[in-house]
Amino acid sequence: MGLKNFFERKKIEGVDNTMYLTLREERRISKENNRIIKYYERQKARKNVPEEEYLTQMRDPNNVVEFDNLHTYFFTDVGTVKSVNGVTFDVPIGKTVGIVGESGCGKSVTSLSLMQLVQAPTGQIVEGSIRYQAGDGKCYDIPKVPKDRMLKLRGKEISMIFQEPMTSLNPVFRIGEQMDEVILLHEEGATPEIAKERSIAMLKSVGIPMPDKIYTKYPHELSGGMRQRVMIAMALLCNPRLIIADEPTTALDVTIQAQILELLREVKERINGSIMLITHDLGVIAEMADLVVVMYAGRIIEKGTVREIFHDPKHPYTIGLMRSKPSGKLKDNRLYSIKGQVPNPINMPDHCYFLNRCDMAMDICHGEYPKMIQYSPTHFAACYLCGESSFPKNDLAKE
Amino acid sequence: MLKYILKRLGLAFIILIGASILIYMLSMLMPADFIDTQTAAALQSGAMTMDDVMRLKELYGLADKSFGGIMKSYFSWLKSALSGDLGFSFLYQKPVTKVLSEYIWLSFMIAFISYILEIAIGIPMGIKASVNQYSAYDYTVSVFAMMGTALPSFFLSALLLNVFAIKLRIFPLQGLTTATKIFDKNAYIQIFLDKAWHLVLPITVLTLLNAGYIMKFTRTNMLEVLNSDYIRTARAKGLSEKAVTYKHAFRNTMIPLVTTLSGMIPGLFGGAMITETVFAIPGIGYMALRATLQGDIPFIMGYNMFLAVLTVLGMLISDLMYMVVDPRVKLS
Amino acid sequence: MSNYLRSGLMMMTTEKEKITESNVNGNNGNNNIELELEHNFRVISPGRMVAKRFFKSRLSVAGLIMIIFVFLFSFVGPLIVDATWGYKETQVFKIERVSDMFTTADFTGPDGMKYTYYDKSQTVITFKAPPSKDHWLGTDTSGFDIFTRLMYGGRISLVISFIVIFLETFIGIIMGGLAGYFGDWVDLLIMRLVDIFSSLPTLPILLVLSATISSIEAIPPEHRIYYLMAFITLLGWTGVARIVRGQILMLREQEYMMAATTTGISSFHKIFRHLIPNTMPQLIVTATLGLGGVILYESTLSFLGIGVPFPRAAWGSMIALADPAKGQDILANYPNMWVPAGILIVVTVLGFSFIGDGLRDAFDPRMKR
Repeated sequence: MGLKNFFERKKIEGVDNTMYLTLREERRISKENNRIIKYYERQKARKNVPEEEYLTQMRDPNNVVEFDNLHTYFFTDVGTVKSVNGVTFDVPIGKTVGIVGESGCGKSVTSLSLMQLVQAPTGQIVEGSIRYQAGDGKCYDIPKVPKDRMLKLRGKEISMIFQEPMTSLNPVFRIGEQMDEVILLHEEGATPEIAKERSIAMLKSVGIPMPDKIYTKYPHELSGGMRQRVMIAMALLCNPRLIIADEPTTALDVTIQAQILELLREVKERINGSIMLITHDLGVIAEMADLVVVMYAGRIIEKGTVREIFHDPKHPYTIGLMRSKPSGKLKDNRLYSIKGQVPNPINMPDHCYFLNRCDMAMDICHGEYPKMIQYSPTHFAACYLCGESSFPKNDLAKE
Repeated sequence: MLKYILKRLGLAFIILIGASILIYMLSMLMPADFIDTQTAAALQSGAMTMDDVMRLKELYGLADKSFGGIMKSYFSWLKSALSGDLGFSFLYQKPVTKVLSEYIWLSFMIAFISYILEIAIGIPMGIKASVNQYSAYDYTVSVFAMMGTALPSFFLSALLLNVFAIKLRIFPLQGLTTATKIFDKNAYIQIFLDKAWHLVLPITVLTLLNAGYIMKFTRTNMLEVLNSDYIRTARAKGLSEKAVTYKHAFRNTMIPLVTTLSGMIPGLFGGAMITETVFAIPGIGYMALRATLQGDIPFIMGYNMFLAVLTVLGMLISDLMYMVVDPRVKLS
Repeated sequence: MSNYLRSGLMMMTTEKEKITESNVNGNNGNNNIELELEHNFRVISPGRMVAKRFFKSRLSVAGLIMIIFVFLFSFVGPLIVDATWGYKETQVFKIERVSDMFTTADFTGPDGMKYTYYDKSQTVITFKAPPSKDHWLGTDTSGFDIFTRLMYGGRISLVISFIVIFLETFIGIIMGGLAGYFGDWVDLLIMRLVDIFSSLPTLPILLVLSATISSIEAIPPEHRIYYLMAFITLLGWTGVARIVRGQILMLREQEYMMAATTTGISSFHKIFRHLIPNTMPQLIVTATLGLGGVILYESTLSFLGIGVPFPRAAWGSMIALADPAKGQDILANYPNMWVPAGILIVVTVLGFSFIGDGLRDAFDPRMKR
């Protein structure tokens, strides 16, 4: 073991002997990225854009949000990461839509796209539309909405709850200040007193004991569960039409998880808005969601009502997910897991993304990417397994 | 909290004792007959007696060179230092503490004005650079900051003197006052303006050299804050970028900023040795440099002890400020 | 390079990797988890990633060019100059030229009035020659060729700074390593030492030490430089020690140290294998940035006359010719003597700053671009 070996790092099989990007390729990627990013950033920074440019019509007035062929890409140094690669689904008014999928499948980015909060400048919405029906009856196409107009929607009509309650609150401001801020920002004629009243009332309604005391505390004085309750309260303050909850319980202990879920269920009954619930936990979906959207590698591979998905999954991935859930009924000792890995998000193949992991792959699967096949007014799956659509297409078919 | 303060004070004391030992070792650099040569003139004129000279030698460990003797000398020096007597300066023929008290105020004034200007320039530039990362503004400002640390103070001073004092004849070359002008004893405004005019260039030099550091510091901290989760929450609430930057982000950056900046305040009393000398401004730095180059050991030791105290004081203040500005630090 | 850098690589791979060391805990049957990558999977090696990020920044490249220039100027320059013209560092050139000489004197005349005597005449001087074909920057007050002196000055500044930084880093690693690894009273003692040394005001103490050394006739001027380097090192090792100790403490907490313990690697092995390569990036950055600092200290000492001894060339002492206390003549009329030296100091220190900053950004895996 010479001195040279002493300092060399261990070689990893399968990584060190794969191909490296050449310098020319890297430079080409950089140049392309800069050009593209500059274009999009300039578009977004325009001021005084006339309304006609970003107003549009909803396809179905019963929906609050319609995602239509959304493409959100990240222009990184190693290539273009197609995080969201053609996503289409609806969020009806008053319903809870659960978006399910494993890490990296693009579910968070989808919701961030809706809020125009995708990490700029590398992340950009490059194609598609997100039609949002606002409280004033107008329908906005989010990717086209300029930044200054978007501010009026965020927090007021669309609000978001994030995954990490420990770091999502500003540590130097009191809870009360951070909550009042939302009211004072969005509500006309709000005074600090009114804001304080409403904040304390909201804290109470999310189950926080001694809300007037908590109002004066700093975030670091609260536990994780309490902070998440505060986040939920903040999200509800302006009676939003849509709440996005991005893995709200993942970072909490199991017992607290149950409490927060209970709270969210309560909230769902109380408000007349919609909820977009993003999670990888099927249990949460089963409890909360009305409709389910299953994402894989940036695309939707199955969508339907919660009953349809749980009782009659069509896509092999969904089937695999259902089987992977540990259940007391299984007689086997082994846990089922779907073999293989998610494909590289930079150079996606042309065929079905799930091919290398699918138990039920057929020859036709090596061909084109499967189109969405309709099984019921609400149930769609992108798989060749079940042949042609057995359901007659009608006007209300989505995709 | 009281316990915490006491603990920190105790620690500071230990550090200062250690520093004093190191500084006292400077006296061992003196050659054997140094005190004799330095005090020869005073001895002859009758200002000092042989006893005084002997006492001095004892004080600085030159009388008894054994280890025990040096220890004794150190402790007697330390004792007098703790009671406020920092020794008697050979060069200035005055107690060191008197020299300090006479000259630190001018240095402090120059340093303080620069300090304010640095903050006024550095912080806004730092914020703007962090918000527009990788832009042309960011690059220019970063380069400017780095040039500030790369320029030797004497070089910048000489350049400014060449351009503004000699070629353009706007500012005077050296000194605090204009020697050729005689002012009426009561013409305070005129005297003040004359002095201020002389101080413009030195203050400019100090400001230019240090503003860059504050700007870079602000920028780095702002960048870190802007990437946090709570900023994303603030944006999700619908706050404008301006509110996000100046209200949410900056308030968090203020924590390291205030602690660092307040820690710099004691240091403002220390004087800028090189700059004051080049411009011949009679501040404590100027006096100290002269004393150093001419081997005025008592003054050097006293002055360095003074600076060490300032440094430790700065660290203490900086720590204490944490408790004031950061709500996460418990005050229990 | 190191696990620290590999996290950048991790963003492109998935979590499982084939562990080529001995089994981890022998979890029955599932030891070697194969890495399945699509055949069209492309990655960048960590070392290349750092280099790529470094060269992407224009400032870093500019810094590199500046330093390469200064190095060539300082080390190759003298050789070229010696070969073509035969100029040496302390060679005196007597170039005769006619120069104006002014004399003034005040006196009181026989009539009791004050008069000023003013005389303008010409004299021949052999020093302070203006720039010419033979001497690109002219000669200075002692007749030395300025351009050559710039090169030699650069040589000594660079040599001093590299030696000092090397020593500081060496001492700092030892002290910081001992403190971080052993903890307890060793840590306490060393950290108190660090606190004490860093509470000392650097410049004043440095001035005292150098001034004293300069005045002791027993020490030949040549040896003064060694003492100088020792003093600067003594006052500067604390920064590195703090960083090394901090890094070690941080790494001790991290999980893979636990993993290393469970596979039974000996403790000495542990340190060098894991800790040192992980502190390397920060150390390199600190060292690079420190180089500029040492050059500034050395030039300040030379400016005051207590650094690199006369007649050796040093950038600081060249600027000292322009000290306004010595008269305005050089400051105002002979910029060729002192301005280039100052510019070179700025270029060198800036170059190191750019490179240091660029390296710091390049090593940081959290960069968004």
